[in-house]
Amino acid sequence: MKKAELVIVGGGPAGLSCAIEAARLGAKVLVIDENERPGGQLFKQIHKFFGSREHQAGVRGIDIGTKLLEETAILGIEVWLNSEVVGISKDKHIWVVKDGKTSLKVEADKIVLSTGAIENSLNFPGWTLPGVMGAGAAQTMINIHRVTPGDRVLMIGSGNVGVIVSYQLLQAGAEVAAIIEAAPRLGGYGVHTAKVRRAGVPFYISHTIKRALGTDRVEGAEIVALDAKWQPIPGSEFILDVDTICVATGLTPLAELAWTLGCCFQFVPSLGGFVPDHDQYMETTVPGIYVAGDIAGVEEASTAMEEGRLAGISAAAALGYLSGEERERRCGEVWDRLNSLRSGPYGEGRRKAKELILSTEGGIACDRAI
Amino acid sequence: MTVPSDHPGVKLSGAPNREEVRNCPGYPGEEFAKKGPIVFIECVEEIPCNPCEASCPRGAIKVGKPITNLPVLDAEKCIGCTMCVAACPGLAIYVKDYTYSETEAAITFPYEYWPLPEKGQEVTLVDEMGEAVCQGKVLRVANPKQYNHTPLVTAAYPKEFFEQVKSMRRLNK
Ligand SMILES: Cc1cc2nc3c(=O)[nH]c(=O)nc-3n(C[C@H](O)[C@H](O)[C@H](O)COP(=O)(O)OP(=O)(O)OC[C@H]3O[C@@H](n4cnc5c(N)ncnc54)[C@H](O)[C@@H]3O)c2cc1C
Repeated sequence: MKKAELVIVGGGPAGLSCAIEAARLGAKVLVIDENERPGGQLFKQIHKFFGSREHQAGVRGIDIGTKLLEETAILGIEVWLNSEVVGISKDKHIWVVKDGKTSLKVEADKIVLSTGAIENSLNFPGWTLPGVMGAGAAQTMINIHRVTPGDRVLMIGSGNVGVIVSYQLLQAGAEVAAIIEAAPRLGGYGVHTAKVRRAGVPFYISHTIKRALGTDRVEGAEIVALDAKWQPIPGSEFILDVDTICVATGLTPLAELAWTLGCCFQFVPSLGGFVPDHDQYMETTVPGIYVAGDIAGVEEASTAMEEGRLAGISAAAALGYLSGEERERRCGEVWDRLNSLRSGPYGEGRRKAKELILSTEGGIACDRAI
Repeated sequence: MTVPSDHPGVKLSGAPNREEVRNCPGYPGEEFAKKGPIVFIECVEEIPCNPCEASCPRGAIKVGKPITNLPVLDAEKCIGCTMCVAACPGLAIYVKDYTYSETEAAITFPYEYWPLPEKGQEVTLVDEMGEAVCQGKVLRVANPKQYNHTPLVTAAYPKEFFEQVKSMRRLNK
């Protein structure tokens, strides 16, 4: 059986940052990712990121991904691609399916789960028609595979994912017929909404989809206004001429592996739902199992990278590559940067939610509680 | 002559309205807006972001700490050099020059769409809601490496539409 000191499940910004940090400190690291190329969401993010210079503000996500891959290569970090982790036992034996056919086992001393998040779906009549897809799927098509999913798109959801993918659809040459939002206010950053608005894309707040039209594929969408209690207003329906419907209604942490390991969870709606409980070193309630990035609460790539560093530093220290004092100092530096990212009207809510997780003992589905 | 558009603002219609723009500390103010080339920063929400600050060679933009502060423009120092226009990840900055000619003003804005317009081309200029305001003539399209794939388009247009114009209508493929 293959042995590794530190196994990182998921090679997105969190996993790669974790691997780089731990490998620099001397740990033998193995990164396992199900895709043919590591980087997670980053290679789809062709827009410039926010933040300060130390958070690589102004750099496009795709370029941040390329940099992480270069560092991973320079450090000689082992990366298994096309490899899906399908199970982890309590004694840290990891079951991997490679290339969809070979079954492998890895024994790890420490494990970091950085599996990211999954898009929420939305059910409405016609939602199974070809042409209805997650906004992330549309983004993968335009920015990775370079094909547009359709000519005229309806975007459901005005959060950052909805508006950024709308902008990128325009850049790819599609039309965005409208962005609809069930809430009475738009969700995404104003600079993102302003960008698509001046490109001529209308927003409809307090509106939702009633049904998708078409028999073999999407041929239109029926939209309806909502009242103050989020109930459809009869007679307010209208039809949008679209051939594609994108759903951008939030993300949920991808935490099945943490559930099966018996980690405690907390339910935090502002972070996407059930989140594995963790401390300020990103360790879960199961010793030696860490989480980082969207699995630990849906945020952003910039925070995911910082959390990855925290997990990398902590795991390396637990493996004996760092003194307790050094761990404190290094984690403190990362925490300063995290706190500055989690400030302002958008970040404050996430900071408070994170603080709640750190200050609460145990949680739901806890082995200790059973 | 069209009136500057009035709408409920950034959280309801997507784009900041006239009041939000004018209340923002990145607005140069009446005194400086028409004196010559000057920057307009439409950054109305406190998000953690500050590349504009370091991009300014004259130290005219201040964010400071915490980085969620809105950028504050020192209009006296700004010469409208456009360095911050390409640096802003939110594409929320443009430069206008009321004094471009006797009858025309000029605007330089970020434009990340394909195809790019060409020098001399007639384009439709739009307001923050994407509504057509007037026609304009492209004076320059700059896309050097340091802009990192955010080309800047400069267009001249009638002075009477000085305030409304924010960008241009996308060109057909
Ligand atoms: C449209 C959009 C725009 C965004 N814009 C920004 C932005 O401007 N700025 C910003 O900071 N953030 C942005 N984000 C958010 C950012 O992309 C995510 O927060 C970030 O990618 C999370 O990093 P991660 O490493 O936790 O997860 P991911 O990037 O999702 O990586 C997780 C990886 O783990 C793999 N994986 C999962 N399960 C397994 C398994 N069992 N076995 C093997 N591999 C597995 C996945 O395939 C994936 O490669 C945006 C997101 C979207 C969708």
